[in-house]
Amino acid sequence: MKYLCLVYSDEQDLHGLPDSPEDRECAAYAQTLAESGHLVAGEALQSVSSATTVRVRGGEVHITDGPFAETKEQLAGFYMIEAKDLNEALRIAQGIPPARVGSIEVRPVRQLQVD
Amino acid sequence: MCTETTIAHLYQQHSRQVLATLIRLLNDFDLAEEALHDAFASALKQWPQQGIPENPTAWLVSTGRFKAIDKLRKTHRETALTPEAIEWETQEQDTDALHLPDDRLRLIFTCCHPSLNAEAAAALTLREICDLSTEEIANAYLTKPTTIAQRIVRAKRKIQTAGIPYEVPGKHELGERLPRVLQVLYLIFNEGYHASEGETLIRHQLAEEAIRLGRLLTELLPEPEVYGLLCLMLLNHSRRDARTNAQGDIVLLAEQDRTAWNQAAIAEALPLVRHALVGPATGPYGVQAAIAALHAEAKSAADTDWQEIYGLYRALYARSPSPVVQLNLAVAQAMAGNLQQALITVARLTQTELTDYCPAHAARADLLRRMGRLSEAADSYRQALALSNQTPEQRYMRQRINECEKN
Repeated sequence: MKYLCLVYSDEQDLHGLPDSPEDRECAAYAQTLAESGHLVAGEALQSVSSATTVRVRGGEVHITDGPFAETKEQLAGFYMIEAKDLNEALRIAQGIPPARVGSIEVRPVRQLQVD
Repeated sequence: MCTETTIAHLYQQHSRQVLATLIRLLNDFDLAEEALHDAFASALKQWPQQGIPENPTAWLVSTGRFKAIDKLRKTHRETALTPEAIEWETQEQDTDALHLPDDRLRLIFTCCHPSLNAEAAAALTLREICDLSTEEIANAYLTKPTTIAQRIVRAKRKIQTAGIPYEVPGKHELGERLPRVLQVLYLIFNEGYHASEGETLIRHQLAEEAIRLGRLLTELLPEPEVYGLLCLMLLNHSRRDARTNAQGDIVLLAEQDRTAWNQAAIAEALPLVRHALVGPATGPYGVQAAIAALHAEAKSAADTDWQEIYGLYRALYARSPSPVVQLNLAVAQAMAGNLQQALITVARLTQTELTDYCPAHAARADLLRRMGRLSEAADSYRQALALSNQTPEQRYMRQRINECEKN
């Protein structure tokens, strides 16, 4: 099964705490997952201050500054993984370095029904 | 014995095992439940003529699986099957090879997965492992069957879509995952144990189901904490008839008629303590079981080894440092003789973490009453009364307030 692991964190905590991960550690973990065949894709994201939100209503495009929702914890990155089941996905998620300062939401991927 | 009686007996004894195996093979709760019923329906039809098969459980799994595959083929859904379900052969008549007990344990870990909320896990466990009907569960929880049904449907859907597997966690993960299973069992138990007036009888069923599950778990997974939880539940449950009087009023431990304690439950529980205590590695349930055992062994309240109990509460607080454990620790400290220090702790708790917790105010009131500070005690009982939502508890507080005001 494919799971998306969404990394959420207060942007201050992501880099400012003693337990905050360094980029090198995150890259190494992604590398491990790639080598074990679990990683489909994964990236870290720029700060939410760089976010732009797009909506289309009645054919009209609305572009606004900022993220979709103002929350304390922000989306900071993601890992798309391939795992045997939720238990394996949770094992992978708990190894994602920012889990120590933020939280990882694990969501199964839904197949689009096209036929 | 006639065949129908045998089948009814088999259903009682083995239907949960057969179901657990079918769930693993078919990877679907609802399909497995249908298959279970189809299998028993076939047994009722065939066995009176053809005789009871040598290994009825294997026959039922096999027939159920066959019926389910047939159903899936007709609706072109056979892709949902696990490879094992397709390969699994009827010739496999050796019960050991079926791994039936493993399947029950797997199912317990699935139903009590930490990614399901605890209430949903409890309802699902009662339905799938204990075979309680939705109506029975709703009765026990004093809620509507539709509420319980919805909870169960949502939990099953999450198991399916999130990919929660049917597996017993490996040795290195057991430490992380077992506490959740024990928590769900204890939640079921407490729901039945802390029943208030009028609801007592039906809710005892929950406590008894939790104990049955605890026994099953000690057979399937003989870990120290499993023994600890079973022992704790048995000892708490042994006091069920002494906890309230004929009027339904609460009787505190110190004032309970110890001859009304259930000796069979105590006799079953006490030898388990030994399995729960494993030195410094003893878990929180083991420590609580040891505390309950000291109470069970004391001939009277005055005879209780409060020093030892105080020491055990300190050990418990070191393992699970919650405000509620700290409250119990302070109460034990008072019983061991240090009222002054206990009052300081309890007073602080009622002003901080436990402001809205009725037992904390009641404990503060009891301490003040024992120290002769009656008007302050009455005030604390009033605060406890305002926070209580159980009728017998409210009666207890009113009675104490009256006593304090009279003197």
